[in-house]
Amino acid sequence: MPLTETDVRWVEAPKLGFWDQLYLPAMVDGLKTTLGHMFSKKITEQYPEQEPTLPPNYRGVHRLNRDEAGRVKCVACYMCATACPAHCIDIVAAPAPTEWKDREKYPETFVIDELRCIYCGMCEEACPVDAIELTTLYDLTGASREQMVFDKEKLLSVFDQTTKAGTDPVRSRAGKLGAASEPPPQ
Amino acid sequence: MPQFDLVTALILIVAVMGGGLGLVAYLTLGERKVSAWIQDRVGPNRVGPFGLLQPLADGGKFFLKEEVIPAHVDRIFYVLAPAVGVITALLALAVVPVGGATPPPDPAPTVAAFDQAQADYRSKLNLVIAPGIDVGVLYVFALGSLAVYGVILAGWSANNKYSLLGAMRSSAQIISYEIPLGMAVLGVFLIVGSLNLERIAAWQETHTWWLVFFQPLAALLFMISAYAEGSRLPFDLPEAEQELVGGFHTEYSSMKLGLLLMTEFIHLITAGFMMSILFLGGWSLFGLENVSADPTVTAVLKAGILLTKMFLYCVFALIVRWTIPRFRFDQLMNLAWKVMIPLGLANVVCVVVALQFGAPLWVLTAASAGLFLVAGCIAVRAAGSITNPKRAVRKLPPGMPVGVTYAGR
Ligand code: SF4
Ligand code: SF4
Repeated sequence: MPLTETDVRWVEAPKLGFWDQLYLPAMVDGLKTTLGHMFSKKITEQYPEQEPTLPPNYRGVHRLNRDEAGRVKCVACYMCATACPAHCIDIVAAPAPTEWKDREKYPETFVIDELRCIYCGMCEEACPVDAIELTTLYDLTGASREQMVFDKEKLLSVFDQTTKAGTDPVRSRAGKLGAASEPPPQ
Repeated sequence: MPQFDLVTALILIVAVMGGGLGLVAYLTLGERKVSAWIQDRVGPNRVGPFGLLQPLADGGKFFLKEEVIPAHVDRIFYVLAPAVGVITALLALAVVPVGGATPPPDPAPTVAAFDQAQADYRSKLNLVIAPGIDVGVLYVFALGSLAVYGVILAGWSANNKYSLLGAMRSSAQIISYEIPLGMAVLGVFLIVGSLNLERIAAWQETHTWWLVFFQPLAALLFMISAYAEGSRLPFDLPEAEQELVGGFHTEYSSMKLGLLLMTEFIHLITAGFMMSILFLGGWSLFGLENVSADPTVTAVLKAGILLTKMFLYCVFALIVRWTIPRFRFDQLMNLAWKVMIPLGLANVVCVVVALQFGAPLWVLTAASAGLFLVAGCIAVRAAGSITNPKRAVRKLPPGMPVGVTYAGR
């Protein structure tokens, strides 16, 4: 719909009064504000000494969740790899060991390139069995690029580390896997 | 012209240069600290206690950084520019008393009287490198206008359009603001009857009341022009990081950049000294400077008072920098030519009239206030703001409704 004449509202700058025109009162006002802030409480966090308290939905390093039996929860459905906009998840699926009754597949390797990841959290949203989660770990460093490519063991160890430290409780349903774990209906 | 002691002068040179450069270093830290505090942060605090060694780290970094001279620059002027900037800035400190000083003796009618006056003068402590320069203030202003060469050379030789734009702005700005700067102090010269900085300070000591009480408007104009001369925010258009990358020093690196940045702070210190001596009573503090009969204590007290005033001015400049946003270039020029120069002129006229008719000096205070208020009234009549006047619309642009009477720029 094109704009009509009545849609346009003409606004004129407000007229400055005598005190505004003198400039000085406004400047004094500004100085009062800045001086007030000079002596007000500082909001800086002294980072290495003082750790920030992060919101629970902070998107840091990934982890692969374990179920109650300590097995990897992932059922290698490739949903996360498909959802990932950065294409940084690489999964090789294999048939699940026969004693694992509740699922058909499991990931033989599960690799995330943490340097390519943009920490968007799509993988977490995509996962049907809540196997992949983003934790509040943010200070991740490595001496080489290779070290920043996290494999399955590393991702599971992030789970152990964060759940033990209590910083990241398992947010999603523990235990029962979703429909993605079951064999396709015949 | 008093004879002066070479040894004292050399000691003073070392002290003033060392102290001045040290203060410059700590002003850079102060700038960062003040900006942090104003923004509710703590500022640099990792190097040394409370970050007090930060300037050393910065200086060391400047020396260790790679020195890049781009291939497209005019090498001679490129290398010369920072030196010109710093040298002219430092030279201005030579005539500035950094502590108590005695006004130089007038020429005496007989040789014996002259020698007596000289001996008298030399028996007193004079904390000024080049004492008794009767063109004192003019010398400082002359060097202040030379400072623009540093900026222009830097911007021009760098062969870069941002640098050149910064340099052009700077030349227009510094040359424009020199006029109100001069106008502001003209009243002081007329009242005191001397251009000599020691005399001006001594006048205020004997009259108890500082010149800022008689010339508040001039003091205000002086302060604003001094900010503009030193390219400090709100007048830092030559650098204007947001639009000109770094302005005239875009192409500089390493210690050359360091020197160019230092220049700004040396100008600030000089402005602080000038403001303290011309308007804020120099080394006097309502008689407090003479409480002790001991000459050493008095000298220390006077130096302390003067340095404190200068330092407070610098701190104030830092706070102003983080308070007031930058002017647009046309606003800057309007402020100089349409507001400050007429006000300065009117102020000089008031001083001349008052002195001619022997009116008490307090009349000038009232005159300053009156001029200021009249300027406000004129601005109200001009409808826009002083720095951005609105013009009546003669021909309405198509589509503009009839109710609109003024068009902003
Ligand atoms: S957070 Fe985003 S980019 Fe990173 S692995 Fe998950 S989906 Fe890919
Ligand atoms: S979406 Fe979940 S279950 Fe599927 S492959 Fe990714 S982590 Fe495994």
